[in-house]
Amino acid sequence: MTIPDATQIAIAVRNQETSARSVTAATLAKIAEQNQIYNCFTTVLSESALEDADRIDQKIAAGEDPGALAGVPFAVKDLFDVAGIPTLAGSKINAENPPATEDATLVKRLKAAGAILVGALNMDEFAYGFTTENVHYGATRNPHDLDRSAGGSSGGSAAAIAAGLVPFSLGSDTNGSIRVPSSFCGVFGLKPTYGRLSRSGAYPFVGSLDHVGPFARSVRDIALLFDLMQGHDPSDPVCTTRSPEFCLPELSKGSEGLRIAIADEYFAKSAEPEVFAALEQVAQALNVTQRVTLPAAGRARAAAFVITATEGANLHFEELRTRPQDFDFAVRDRLLAGALVPGHWYLQAQRFRQWFRDRVREVFQEVDIILAPSTPCVAPRIGQQTMNLDGQEMLVRPNLGIFTQPLSFIGLPIISVPVKRDGLPIGIQIIAAPYNESLVLRVAAELEAKGIVAAPVVDRA
Amino acid sequence: MDDFVEVMSELVGLPIPEEYREGVVANMERIHTVAQFVLEFSLPDEIEAAPVFEP
Repeated sequence: MTIPDATQIAIAVRNQETSARSVTAATLAKIAEQNQIYNCFTTVLSESALEDADRIDQKIAAGEDPGALAGVPFAVKDLFDVAGIPTLAGSKINAENPPATEDATLVKRLKAAGAILVGALNMDEFAYGFTTENVHYGATRNPHDLDRSAGGSSGGSAAAIAAGLVPFSLGSDTNGSIRVPSSFCGVFGLKPTYGRLSRSGAYPFVGSLDHVGPFARSVRDIALLFDLMQGHDPSDPVCTTRSPEFCLPELSKGSEGLRIAIADEYFAKSAEPEVFAALEQVAQALNVTQRVTLPAAGRARAAAFVITATEGANLHFEELRTRPQDFDFAVRDRLLAGALVPGHWYLQAQRFRQWFRDRVREVFQEVDIILAPSTPCVAPRIGQQTMNLDGQEMLVRPNLGIFTQPLSFIGLPIISVPVKRDGLPIGIQIIAAPYNESLVLRVAAELEAKGIVAAPVVDRA
Repeated sequence: MDDFVEVMSELVGLPIPEEYREGVVANMERIHTVAQFVLEFSLPDEIEAAPVFEP
């Protein structure tokens, strides 16, 4: 059975082939039955979701426009404010906070378009991790293999899509937290340009590097969601004042006229052979053979690492001082160390960011799109400590973001696309110059139309 | 690095409980190693850190 994407559900609801209430009730029933398998949700909002669905049905009955996402259920990483519940951000500490008084900006915009919020999703504590193995709320399981990690830190957001619990979700990405779980769970995940989507009401991690974006099972859904969420928001100081540029009408253009190249050197080593095979599949489908080098990408990753530890520690300093025992052990020692970083290291990393940005801007004079792997491997087993890449034994947790970290560092728009293949999912990053989300989505749409990428639902019913 | 962690944690007013000290020192060593990779790279003087980063 084909499970409909968000676009299809909204059409069916708007045409009254089904009702928002029956779609929402079916979604809540599936979550009630299957969430125990995957551990995606930290909160399920059954009552308010059904009330919201009834309001959509009433609008339709009254002949009013119910919105482009009429009756489409969705869920958000539990760092987005949802009025009425505390914003956990994967932590025990924040569970003591009072409930949020209003929804995050993006949640408001999606609800205004008719979407139905059904719950909040599991993550690494304070978004500092790539595996969603959370000591307080448990590990989220990968729907493709329950013994494996869903990736992180937006693991619940990706796994909920792969399991077919909801058609779309929101996550955040500071160093790869949308693209890593997208890759491991075999779904589409968009990390837009830094500042392109409002982060207001999303609990911060590293202000310099934090992005928010959607997960879904089709490129048209990602484009629609991005278009609906765009627009300036004065309550996020980083949010762009540019006018929205709509991507959905651009999708049919495909890759025509675009100069596409594969990222070389840093991005062409330290991964399993099957990762490069998946990249080759994508490159061949697009007739791409050209290669480009992003200079000093390894140093970019190092600088992102230093900034992350320092800003993350600054944010949580008071709790680190007074109650370190309440942090997840996987996060605590890194944050404690981050609080001791000399200012010179941090500032040099920030200055390096400007230098690296300028070099990559030059590369984008020569090409429009760059392809690179999203992760160096398929999903590791839950609890796995080490892995072997290029004959080198290395720690799993700090190294899952080797290909994502240098790119979010300078805020480039990137979609991770799930390559159709035998075996566990692998994602490929389609990367463009700042504000060119439409180009990455056009290329993704062509790959989807050609059957090279797809996000099938794992159905265990 | 043990000494650095001890002195710095005292200076910034962040006591490190004994049971976390080993993990914190290990992480500080990792940050130090990674940071060297950035610090050894020579940047032109006119490159500034942006107050709000413009991608």
